[in-house]
Amino acid sequence: MPPLLELTGLSKSFGPITVADELTYAVAQGEAVGVIGPNGAGKTSMFNLITGTMQPDRGEVRFDGEMVTRLSAQQRCRRGISRSFQVPQPFGAMSVLENLLVAATQGGGLHGAQAQEQALLVLDQTGLLPKANVLAGSLTLLERKRLELARSLCTRPRLLLLDEIAGGLTDHECAQLVETIQQIRKTGISIIWIEHIVHALLSVVDRLIVIDFGRLVAQGDPRETMDNAKVREIYLGMAVDA
Amino acid sequence: MEWVNAVIQGILLGGLYALFAAGLSLIFGVMRLVNIAHGDLIVLAAYIALTIATTLGLNPFLALLIVIPVMAGLGYGLQRMVLNQTLGDDILPPLLVTFGLSIIIQNGLLVLYTADPQKLSAGPIEVASLTIAPNLTLGVLPILMFAVAVAVIAGLQWVFYRSALGRAFRAVSDNQDVAQLMGLNKAHIFGLAMALSLAVVGIAGVFLGIRTSFDPTIGSGRLIFGFEAVIIGGLGNLWGTLAGGVILGVAQAIGAQINPGWQVLAGHIVFLVVLAIRPRGLFPRIEQ
Repeated sequence: MPPLLELTGLSKSFGPITVADELTYAVAQGEAVGVIGPNGAGKTSMFNLITGTMQPDRGEVRFDGEMVTRLSAQQRCRRGISRSFQVPQPFGAMSVLENLLVAATQGGGLHGAQAQEQALLVLDQTGLLPKANVLAGSLTLLERKRLELARSLCTRPRLLLLDEIAGGLTDHECAQLVETIQQIRKTGISIIWIEHIVHALLSVVDRLIVIDFGRLVAQGDPRETMDNAKVREIYLGMAVDA
Repeated sequence: MEWVNAVIQGILLGGLYALFAAGLSLIFGVMRLVNIAHGDLIVLAAYIALTIATTLGLNPFLALLIVIPVMAGLGYGLQRMVLNQTLGDDILPPLLVTFGLSIIIQNGLLVLYTADPQKLSAGPIEVASLTIAPNLTLGVLPILMFAVAVAVIAGLQWVFYRSALGRAFRAVSDNQDVAQLMGLNKAHIFGLAMALSLAVVGIAGVFLGIRTSFDPTIGSGRLIFGFEAVIIGGLGNLWGTLAGGVILGVAQAIGAQINPGWQVLAGHIVFLVVLAIRPRGLFPRIEQ
């Protein structure tokens, strides 16, 4: 089976600032990959390159064997790549359910009752069912994070990109969210998860990737990678509670 | 009774203004595009109806069955081929391009139809009237016009807040980048919004042509009435647009009652007063 996502030599610079430097790695079907690295290392830029909101200077992105480097964000979403945002960006003037219906209809290609069904399923899965008819703009931070996740899931992704979804949550909220993500994994969706809260990450992912200055500096078994000297150095001064 | 009559005529005229304004409001709401050619497109629709009515011998109301899809198709094509290319962070290109379109449409119509005033003839309904009270008679046509305006606004309202297309409109209006990441095809959704806008323009054009005579140059005046109705009512609120049209219509009718030369002026004055006191209009959409 070919890898679900394959990045080859992906590079992007803004003048002197390099956000992606020869990024090369693959994500297998059903695999969960964690991404760590200091602030400004190019983690979110990597997501922008994968989802198509940013075009690389060089290199290519393959999804399920298909070259998608030149496809728009919308086309990649319809093929099954979806992301959540670090700072939740709900459609604030629409209800939670409506937010999900947009994703299910536009990205998921579902219509009418099928779209409703998908939205209700995901509402249940993400614990947002009681908030279905609440305006998205009035949700709490945890609920907004859940909505980010829910909206992505409604596009029926095969690859889910999570951008610091646990950031800013209390330990208890974080644990709940981790449980939800573990459930999502069981449905066979591949995940790439950028996260600073390492213990949350380690309880979900199969593999850890470390990025610094846009370069992939280490990857492998999550715990071994965390013990890696180079990683320790990058994280020096940062609390690592793994 | 004369005054009551003037106010009622004004309210009914407001329906036509709401029809001018609804498409303008829709487009601005979905993609922040100010369509300077909107008035000329209304006139274009009137001419298309005229051509259909004269060549096929159809009543203009029946011609609507052709005018509406033709205008909607034109809207979709125009958006996909021209206007989508102008949209971006800069608000100037769409203004310039639609201004250019306005000039092209006006001059194209002058070449094809000359500057002679034309009129759509709807038959006996134009002079039919209902006597409401001893001194109060209302034309059937203005009542019909108002009823159609209410139906159009209600229909747009339904599309906007109850349908999948409306959800797409609202999502892309809120955040284009996120909407695209949710798989929304912006170019297509914008095309559909313009198609809907110009479908309404088709209806407005036919009523305009039945109500008054028209020539290729009157578009800009209709654009102003449309703008005034949208802004009086409050941006992004369709029922507010209807209210704005009615207020404008009543102001004009009262102005005309005082002095026939003051009709348009009175409308502009009310518009300026509203703009000065409530710059966001009387019924702005509630923001988060």
